[in-house]
Amino acid sequence: MDGYRVLEVKQSVFADNDRRAEELRASLRKRGTFLVNLMSSPGSGKTTTLLRAVRELSPELSIAVMEADIDSDVDAAAVSTTGARVIQLHTGGMCHLDAAMCSQGLEGLAADDADLVFLENVGNLVCPAEFDTGASANVTILSVPEGDDKPLKYPLMYQVCDLVLVNKMDVAPYFDFDLEKLRENVALRNPRARVIPICAKTGEGMDEWYQWLRDGVAAWKN
Amino acid sequence: MHELGIVFYAIDMVEDLGRENHLSSVSSVTMSIGEVSGVIPSYLADCWRWAADRSDLLRGAELRVETIDAVTVCNACGRTYPTVENGRTCPHCGSDDTVLLRGNEIEVKEIEAC
Repeated sequence: MDGYRVLEVKQSVFADNDRRAEELRASLRKRGTFLVNLMSSPGSGKTTTLLRAVRELSPELSIAVMEADIDSDVDAAAVSTTGARVIQLHTGGMCHLDAAMCSQGLEGLAADDADLVFLENVGNLVCPAEFDTGASANVTILSVPEGDDKPLKYPLMYQVCDLVLVNKMDVAPYFDFDLEKLRENVALRNPRARVIPICAKTGEGMDEWYQWLRDGVAAWKN
Repeated sequence: MHELGIVFYAIDMVEDLGRENHLSSVSSVTMSIGEVSGVIPSYLADCWRWAADRSDLLRGAELRVETIDAVTVCNACGRTYPTVENGRTCPHCGSDDTVLLRGNEIEVKEIEAC
């Protein structure tokens, strides 16, 4: 091994992504586009929650959607029925979206004039939390059947999120789900995170979420 | 899959270094992995072999993993304790007001190259 030398690096593997994410956030801020990174485990109701929000807020806000999946365009096809601009991103086997992919998606979407862009991340509670996408805000959806202990099992996801939507509240009576316990578990991980119980199917609690989005869009433009 | 994304990032970082320093071959990469980073070293090693051999610069390069012990400090009594055995509750005073000091690192520490 003649000629080989040691180069000290001492850098987080996320350093490059974090830098790109900051650049993207600054450019979103400049053009007044509020980008919401929606994360959750598979089956928590991300797409249903998103479809309802897009339909009900479209009359007042210009909205576009980026759908990230490992493969398939099932979700993009569903979103396109709302009339919102939508782009499907394939991560090619990767379990999360990073800032570079998110930037590319925004370019493809050509939504510089949008007030609000949703990024529906890959359904996964681990990796999406580690990779900053450059979004203005992180939202995680937890559905009642998943249990109130998820913040203890997936601490990073709850540390990085600004808002926790507790979905499928209509089935809460059938599960051992304690909303107060969940609030405590979220606060333990992240005292700043807001918790809003919703049911995307019946519409319960959705107005509070819409107001959170309106406030976010207005604050981002200032 | 979690480890695969991390390996891709580590390889990108080493390839950037290779260009900056005009390196032609990397024989080893040492990563520092925190005990509570969620990375499983054996999965990391499997992903590494597959991904590193697709890179001209890193073909055949060995991955070495150094583990960083996780340590938490208690804001209530000021003492530190090992995180893995005790979690978020301080074993000295029972407080939950604790902060992880180290142990969630996922870093490239050093490389051997020419």
